[in-house]
Amino acid sequence: MKLVRYFPVAVSSIRANKMRASLTMLGIIIGVAAVLIILGVGRGASEDILGEVASQGTTRLTISPRTGSNGDSAGSSVETLTMGDVRTLSDPAFHPDVRQVAPQYGGSIQVVAGNENTRARVTGTTAAYADVHKLEIAEGRFLTEDEITQMSSVIVIGTTVATDLFGRTQVVGESVRISGEPFTVVGVLEESGNAGFGSNDDSGFIPIGVAHGRVFNVPRYRGEYVVTSISADAVSEERVDAAEQQIEQTLRLRHGLGADDDSDFSISTQASLLDTIGSVTSTLTLLLSSIAAISLLVGGIGIMNIMLVSVTERTKEIGLRKALGAHTSDVLLQFLVESLVLTLLGGLIGIAISYGAAALVSRIPGFPIDVLIGIDALVMALGVSAGCGLVFGLYPAMRATRLDPIVALRYE
Amino acid sequence: MTDSSVLIDMQNLTKVYQMGETKVVALDGVSLSIDEGEYVAIVGTSGSGKSTLMNIVGLLDRPTDGVYQIRGQSAGELTGRQLADLRNREIGFVFQQFNLLARAPAWRQVELPLFYANVAGSAARERALETLAQVGLADRADHKPEELSGGQQQRVAIARALVNRPSLLLADEPTGALDTRTGEEVLALFEKLHEEGLTLVIITHDQEVAERARRVITMRDGVVISDSGGAGTAAAGGGSNGLSEPALASLPRPVAIVQVEEKVYEAG
Repeated sequence: MKLVRYFPVAVSSIRANKMRASLTMLGIIIGVAAVLIILGVGRGASEDILGEVASQGTTRLTISPRTGSNGDSAGSSVETLTMGDVRTLSDPAFHPDVRQVAPQYGGSIQVVAGNENTRARVTGTTAAYADVHKLEIAEGRFLTEDEITQMSSVIVIGTTVATDLFGRTQVVGESVRISGEPFTVVGVLEESGNAGFGSNDDSGFIPIGVAHGRVFNVPRYRGEYVVTSISADAVSEERVDAAEQQIEQTLRLRHGLGADDDSDFSISTQASLLDTIGSVTSTLTLLLSSIAAISLLVGGIGIMNIMLVSVTERTKEIGLRKALGAHTSDVLLQFLVESLVLTLLGGLIGIAISYGAAALVSRIPGFPIDVLIGIDALVMALGVSAGCGLVFGLYPAMRATRLDPIVALRYE
Repeated sequence: MTDSSVLIDMQNLTKVYQMGETKVVALDGVSLSIDEGEYVAIVGTSGSGKSTLMNIVGLLDRPTDGVYQIRGQSAGELTGRQLADLRNREIGFVFQQFNLLARAPAWRQVELPLFYANVAGSAARERALETLAQVGLADRADHKPEELSGGQQQRVAIARALVNRPSLLLADEPTGALDTRTGEEVLALFEKLHEEGLTLVIITHDQEVAERARRVITMRDGVVISDSGGAGTAAAGGGSNGLSEPALASLPRPVAIVQVEEKVYEAG
């Protein structure tokens, strides 16, 4: 390709009008930087969430009640997941791929210690919860099997709860009160470091029996306490689907659902959660980048405008070049390459700016996400800039080729 | 090819411009032949058709009717691309206003036709410098137009016209924008090039410029009214300009008046 030989001509013509060229490039620079930063933020946010999800284990299944859609209670909002379901699911004979099951019943409630009080998400659960949810303990320990069966008044709290109540996190052995009931702190969770997805910093965990019987006013369904959700852990990542089927079968049987009935519960796996998060973030990113892409369009129109001015200004030069033997294609390529150089340069500056912004953001302490600009985004940015140059440079370049050299040479 | 020494051959050329409702006949049956090595001046007042003739000779325009051959090739049969290549290789243009690129050094200006002849890099630069030396500007190669005098600028333009070693140098009022002394520099250069065997065709309204040529063709109202030497009759380097009486009579009036006319023409 002999295209390269037009580049020096283009560069010298751009250098002759530095101010104008840089103002023209501004549109492309802003457009490219905006698109890249938004893509980077979207990617950073989704990596962050996905990392969080993955760190909690990819073998987890969450069973939630789907209210008001089963035969018994059409239209009403009766929750039908009960402790009876939990006990049945805990039987490994029928659920060979389910390793552990942990019920949860919880809500937001006031926790008091001395004169201090705070609102915490208090969840009644079993000892298996720590394992299923990959909880890390900073101080003390999690709830034990004995404490669950004996319904001991013990609690494991997150760091925010601990510091709100005691001003420190070394609080094992301290006492707190929930609904007038005293609880002994047996453990403090590791700080999760961000206030976002999957954080347990403002949580408290108590034995499920205590939550059902003494803390919350829990309704019963068919004589059993209901639960807010059930977490289960599959034996391996490959067996998650099998575990899901086994759980579904058992629950449908227990809930007396016919072949045509919809399930009154739903099972979500970490994999399906990952899918959902992925599609949400990519939709959001797409939306935001299309807004940013509008500035690219505006920038492109700016390029076209300036190239038209440039062609008019250089009418005499075009006439001269034609007289000296330039082919139509030479004139076309000269102006196309000029607009290509303008937009590519703009694109490169835009890329540099977006990288600078990403580096700057990563230095802000406590900023929740990184801005991640991938190679694919870079290639895309360069491609789009080049495309802009070609598309918006084509019409002015064609105008240049249509000039009659005789008229052009006389042009003043 | 009939005669290898014939460079340009025109048979009954006409050029008609459609200006709105009216037709303007710029050329009305011009037949001319110019041999290689000739030094020809085409003179005439504005509106005489000499510029139209130059555009056709320079392959920038096509005649409405008639045959124009350059080196035996009929221009009417060539595509736009072939015409561009012929302009590039066979014809060197020199304009009244020099038409140099602003901001480019002299050697870059001279290199320009080589770019379209696909000569690049150090070969192109060397040839540009060589040609600049030929017009006596070896020491001005890196000067930009604004750093050169008018005469020097025109010599750069002449070097640009010569760099591809064309068969024909076509000059349109080459001294029109120069004072007498610098105009003289340019005419002396033409003299030298002519002696080296280059074919020169100069369009002018300046009697003094015309008198330097070996052959003078006078035009009026789109026809040739006098020709001091037919094709082949004026020997190269013949010395005498052989202006006939009618030719002299039709030559432009004193320069000052003609220049006023020229301005009207340019504005139109």
